[in-house]
Formats: sequence, structure tokens, C-alpha cells
Amino acid sequence: MKNYSSPYVTPSASTNRLMLNVIIALIPGTIAYIWYFGMGLIVNLVLAISSALLFETVILLLRKRPLKAYLSDYSAIVTAWLFALCIPMHSPWWLVVVGIGFAMIAGKHLYGGIGFNPFNPAMVGYVVLLISFPVEMTTWYLPLQISPDSLTLVQAFSYSLGLVDIHQWDTLTSATPLDQYKTSLSLNMMISEIRQSPVFGSFAGVGWEWIANWWFIGGIYLIFTKTIRWHIPVAVILGMLILSFSFYIADPDSIASPGFHLFSGGLMLGAFFIATDPVTASTTVKGRLIYGFMIGALVYIIRSWGGYPDGVAFAVLLANMSVPLIDYYTQPRVFGMNPPEDH
Amino acid sequence: MPDSVYSFHGGLHLDDHKSESLTQPLQIASFADELILKVSQHIGEPNTPVVTIGDKVKRGQLLAESSALVSAPVHAPTSGTVKAIESRYIAHASGQKAECFIIVPDGKDESIEVGKRSTESTALDKTALLEQIRSAGIVGLGGAVFPTAAKLTTANQHGIKTLIINGAECEPYITCDDLLMRNYAAIIFKGISYLQAILQPEKTIIGIEDNKSVAIKAMQQALSESSLTNTTVSIIPTLYPSGGEKQLIKLLTGLEVHSSQLSFEIGILCQNVGTCAAISQAIDKSRPLTSRIVTVTGPGVKNPGNWFTPLGTPVSHLIKLAGGYTIEEPKLIMGGPMMGLTLESDQIPVVKATNTILVMDQQEQEIAQECIRCGRCTEVCPVQLLPQQLYWYSRTQQFNMAESYHLFDCIECGCCSAVCPSHIPLVQYYRFAKGEIWEQRRKTYKSDRSRKRHEFRDARIAKQKILDEEKRKLKREALAKKKAAEKAAKEKTGDKAPTSQSADAVQEALERVKARKKAEQIDPENTGNLTPDQQRQIDEADARRSQNKMDDA
Repeated sequence: MKNYSSPYVTPSASTNRLMLNVIIALIPGTIAYIWYFGMGLIVNLVLAISSALLFETVILLLRKRPLKAYLSDYSAIVTAWLFALCIPMHSPWWLVVVGIGFAMIAGKHLYGGIGFNPFNPAMVGYVVLLISFPVEMTTWYLPLQISPDSLTLVQAFSYSLGLVDIHQWDTLTSATPLDQYKTSLSLNMMISEIRQSPVFGSFAGVGWEWIANWWFIGGIYLIFTKTIRWHIPVAVILGMLILSFSFYIADPDSIASPGFHLFSGGLMLGAFFIATDPVTASTTVKGRLIYGFMIGALVYIIRSWGGYPDGVAFAVLLANMSVPLIDYYTQPRVFGMNPPEDH
Repeated sequence: MPDSVYSFHGGLHLDDHKSESLTQPLQIASFADELILKVSQHIGEPNTPVVTIGDKVKRGQLLAESSALVSAPVHAPTSGTVKAIESRYIAHASGQKAECFIIVPDGKDESIEVGKRSTESTALDKTALLEQIRSAGIVGLGGAVFPTAAKLTTANQHGIKTLIINGAECEPYITCDDLLMRNYAAIIFKGISYLQAILQPEKTIIGIEDNKSVAIKAMQQALSESSLTNTTVSIIPTLYPSGGEKQLIKLLTGLEVHSSQLSFEIGILCQNVGTCAAISQAIDKSRPLTSRIVTVTGPGVKNPGNWFTPLGTPVSHLIKLAGGYTIEEPKLIMGGPMMGLTLESDQIPVVKATNTILVMDQQEQEIAQECIRCGRCTEVCPVQLLPQQLYWYSRTQQFNMAESYHLFDCIECGCCSAVCPSHIPLVQYYRFAKGEIWEQRRKTYKSDRSRKRHEFRDARIAKQKILDEEKRKLKREALAKKKAAEKAAKEKTGDKAPTSQSADAVQEALERVKARKKAEQIDPENTGNLTPDQQRQIDEADARRSQNKMDDA
């Protein structure tokens, strides 16, 4: 088809390039993750990405959509990658496949595919697993720095596929810092006591705190390449900082510091990579600030008073749900509507 | 450095591609073998030809005009013969034809006699100046082609405080205004002085984008040499669409023209620099608008440049002057790459609105991906709309929603389409939605009117029935009374003179007929002898008719 109507300029940006930028920005944090926690993540990534591409292909075929055009937008890979980063390492293979299947089918294509899903597909998949398989989803492994042993890539694969005895490496599992913190606080322990546990590092969890730094750097790359705008990540961090700081100064003995909250769990990853998914986020400037702040605040609320140690996924889904409302009430003032009176 | 303190939302920094067509000086285009002059080249009431096939015409001779206020006449660009008046393809969004004069130049380029002006042109009063502008066929040369005299007349009724001269030329590739300002700054200022004489504005601001440094210098120089007061040349940043009327007003004055208003309603009037030059030519030299500067440029043409082009010149002639095509399958655009019109062939003629002929590669439109709501369109929209919402509602044909998201405030500048990573032709969707809504409105209006008419007719018939019924009743009663009276009389007088009575009746009837005939002879008009009731009905019908006309307008 020829282009008969103006404008006749071809945009330099493309959706594929934006998604590719996200993948590039994820690489440093992913390497750090492997560095601190071992080969299990590679297994997760391989399983998640290959099953996501498989699901995407099958559904596109069923929906009679052009395969090449849709598969080359990298969106399935981004979803799978984020999902793989969220679930525990050394998860059984079926856990990954079920989660990804739910993300791709129910989270994405049942709504109409890319661009039409109101909820972040990776978070949909993750939350379904968290609710359905609590045991598997809360079995986390120690960072290598304080772990008595580590698994090779082959071991990790065999483990995940159930080819070796599952309980062999039970001693390597541990609660995450956020989990430990939550359980200890419920036992009325002081922050200073809790921090005696080896899972805690210089300001957050061992390993976790440095991975979070790399997510941050990846996020700066995304802002620098104009893949995302600063509003959402800044608002998420602000939401978390304002809430955690106000509670922290009231009772620093039994409440974790804002630094701990920022660099623990999924907050940094969420702020730069998950909350910024354009399809499910607010589109107006004001709306993005409200949306981001809501996520930051909700994460703190869930961590402090909710039933789960971390709350990024729930916070993002709740904020996704509010997007139509936020967008409706934050429409910018159209040029020439109610101009200032003084002319 | 730009010296404007105000800004507008969004906008785009585009590759300006202006240097290509600035490598050659301004040239004068030769006459083509035949000139194709559109009969109406303005927005408003259509013109009627005043010459016929076979007529010999001279340069400046009137070819077509209209008596309506919102119209602009068309004149012959050179001497020659009117070969035909027929339908030809013109620059039109839907590739339509329109009535055109076909003039074969005789090569002598003779001008009509121009009488020496008795008074100094500066001494002319407003009415004379406006008449001069109107009869010269001047329209807004920025692209809107609204008749200038009509615009000035309306603006004058509102009172103009600020006159803005648009020299922004913000679209890529276009350089005709740039060259005009470089070479004819003094003429532009002459035109501005006439505008000032007509409008009496408190101040005049000339807005030029900061990528035209030579033009800015020339204009500043010419301004300092002129006697104009309260006039400034203001340098604005190069940011598309700074030349959009409402955007330029915001940039230069900080004022926003309300969505429902036109600029003169807040005391501001915009004129393009080209229009100013044309006004000066019309008043000082009594020269009607028969040529304009056209930029011929783009990657598909050998020697890009600018030409003084007689109106009616076919595009192919200009391409020849520019050294011909350099590509196999050229795509022709009249105007810039952001808002220009696609031309179906190079036989289409230059009109008053033609600022540029852009020759590009025929590019295949890519298959659009789904909108991922990234919001880039929102960031660049100079009207601060939510283009992705407009797209959503236009695509799903929820036109009410699209309207509530201010579809009709969209100026179709193309910024959103130019940044969309999913390569969605957004503006096409908005044009579609606007077209559909207009169509719906036309239909609703039509059916409303028919319904009203029908209801009125029903009511009238019902009323008539009641009236008739009453009349019949009265007649019956009168008849009954008469019969009773006759009966009584009969009883009194007995059966004495029935024949004489019937003879009387015949005589009476004859006299009645005679009287009526006489009356008809005196007043043959059927509206002459109206009862007050009939007159009232006619008045009501007239009122309804004029009301409908007003609705139509």
C-alpha cells in the first residue's frame, strides 16, 4: 500500500527497538544475578523464553496473525525475561511453563495480544504461581558468597527437570532478606538483632543490594535512550522513600531503613522495568507520577502490613487496574481550552 | 538565538532539508506551453468565468470572479488565448478534478493597461486599500488561501491590537518564504505598512525561525530602513509546528486562542510574509496576484531551487526547470513532508496555495504494529491532545468519545505519526473520524429538518380539518336557520311568488360573477387580495424559510 496522506516521514523509533533496548538494559543486572546466585537463573531464562516463544507462536497461529511481524517485536522475550527474574531459582520446569503459559494466554492474548492487555503479563504469571504454589515460590537459595555449595549449569538443569533428587541441596535454601525481616519482626526482634543474620549485607541483602544497583544502571540506560521516561521510576522510588522514611524516623529500632527497602526484593527492577511497561501504565505525565507513586507506596504497605514479604507484583497489578481511572482524570489541558483570562 | 520568551507544548525538531533548495538563487520560471488556471483558488464562494473559449487575454486581465464577500478573483498570468474551460486534475486530497481555464501563452506577455494612480498610495483610505487587495485576488499564501480582503474586513470589525507576520516557515524542505525575505524584505515591509494602515494595530511582530539567519538579517535591515513604528522582528526557535497560526501567536505573545475562537476575536491577526509582498505589489503596482515563489526540492529532483512561477504552470514544467527527476518512481507532494498533499500526476498546475513541489521516493507504507501506549505522541502534540486515545476511539469508530477527547482541535500537523514507534498512520485515522462525524452531522441535520417539516405539515393539516369542520357546522346552522325562516315566510305568505324569487336568485348569481370578473381584471395577482389569515400564513412560511437558510449557513 502506498502512503497517500501526510505526513510522509517515517519514524526512526520502532517498537522492536524499544523492546530490544529493554533486553539490553536487563543484561548487566542479569549477569550480576548469576554472579551472586549462580546458574539457576540461566535455567529459568532458557525455560521461560523458549516456552514464551512457543506459546506466542501457537496462539498467533490460532489467532491467524502474521508470525514474523509479531514474533519480531521481542515482547514475548521481555515478558519471559522479567518473569524469570521474579521466580525463585531452581524451580521445577513445570512451574516456569505454567507461569509463562498463564502470562501469555490469559495475561496477554485473551485480551487481544500486545497493546491490549490491561495487566502486566509477567506479573499475572508470577502472581498466579505465588498464590497456587506457595511452597515452590518461596524456596529461595543463598547467595554464593555465603552458601556452602553451588550448582553447576548441568546440575541446575537436571535439578530443574527433576532428574536428580530434589532434597539433595536443601541446605542451600534460605529465606530472602525481606522474608527473614518479616518473620523476625513478627517475633518482636530489633532491627539490629535481625541484621545479625548472614543474609544481610552492608545496607540490604547480600547480593540483592548489588543486583538492585545494576537494575538501577540499566534503568538509567533506558531513560538515556528514551525507551522510558523518568516519571514512573522516580515516582515509584519517591513513593517508597516517603513512606518508609516517615515510618523509619518514628521508630528506627523496629522498622527497616528506607535504604533497605529500596535495594531489597523487586523494587528497583519493578521501578525501572516492570512499572514502566507502556501498555499497562498510565500515559499522561501527571498520571504516570500518580501511578508510580501508588506502586511505591503499595509495595511498602504490602511489605509492612500485608501477608507477603514483597509486594511489587501485587502493587503493579493494583496500579494497572487503576490506570483507566488515572488516565481519565489526568488528561492534560488541551491547547486553547480555558485560557488565562488576562488578555 | 531565539528571543521569544514563550513556548508551546510539544513540537518536533525535524531535519530541515532547507539547504538543498538554497544552493541556487531565486530564478524566474519560463512560461509553459499551456497554463492551467483553476477557476476558484480560494476558500469560500466559487468564482464564475468572465471570459469564454477563444478569447484573447492579457497579463492581469480578470478571468473569473464572484460577487460574494468571501471570494478572490483569478487573473491571467500572461497574454494568450483561452483554449478551453474544462475539468482538469488539481491538487486535492481525494484526487478530484475542477474547472480550469486552459491558456496558451502567445509569448508576448502583454499587460493590460494600468492607469496611473492619481493619489499617492499611502494616502489611500482603508476602503480603497481593501478594494485594491480584493480585486487583485489576494489570498492567504501561507496555505489557507482565505481571501485576504475578507479576513481584514472581519478583523477590522473586531479591532486588532497585534498584527503578526508569519515568516516561520517551519516545515522541512520549504524555502520560498526564506528567499522572499532575503531578496524582497523592503517589499514585505511595504505590504506590512498597508496592513497597518488598514488595521491600526498597537504593535506588529514578525516571527522568523532561528534557522533563517540571512533572512532575519535582511528583514532587520529593511525594518531599520523603513519608517515603521512599533514593529519588531522576533526570532523564534526552530521547532515544528511553530508556523501554525495558534502556535505562533502563543510563541510571540504568550496568548492562547481559545479552541472555539479565531485569532482576531482576541485582537490578533496573522498574515504570511508572501501575502504581505503580494499586497504591496497590488497596491503600488496595481499588479494582481498571478505568480508566486515555488520551491522545487526533494531527493527526487536534480537541481532543487526556487522559481517565480506563473500560476497555472504544470508541475512537470517546474520539474524540467529543476533538471528533471533523478528517480524512477517519483512521489510528488505539494507542500511539505508533514502536511503536504500527494499529487497524482505532474500535469497538476501550481495554484495560489502552492509553496513547494517536493519530489520524494515512492515509499511503501509499512504495516503498522499495535499501539503500545508509549505516549510519545502525547509528548509531541502541540495541542496537548492524547493522540493514542483519539486513535483508539477513531479506530473503533466511537466518534462521540473521539470528540470528547477534542478530535476537532487536532491541527493534523503530523507530529504524532512522525514519532510513533508502531508506525501507525495516526493522522489518517483522525481525518477518517472527522470525515465520518461531518457526514453524520449532515445526515442528522437533514433528517431533523425533514422531521420538522413533516411535523409542521401534519399540524397544519390537522388545524385545517378543525377549521373546515367548524365552517361546515356554521354553514349547516345558517342553512337550517334560512330554511326555518323560509318555512316561516312560506307559512305567512302562502304559495304566491316562487318564480320571481328564483328569477331574483339567477340575477343575483349573474351579478356576483360579473363583480368577480371585474375584480380579477383589476388585480390579476393571486396574492393581491389576501385575507389577514392568509397573509399571516405566508409571513410564517417566509420566516421559516429564512430560518432554514440561516441554519444552513
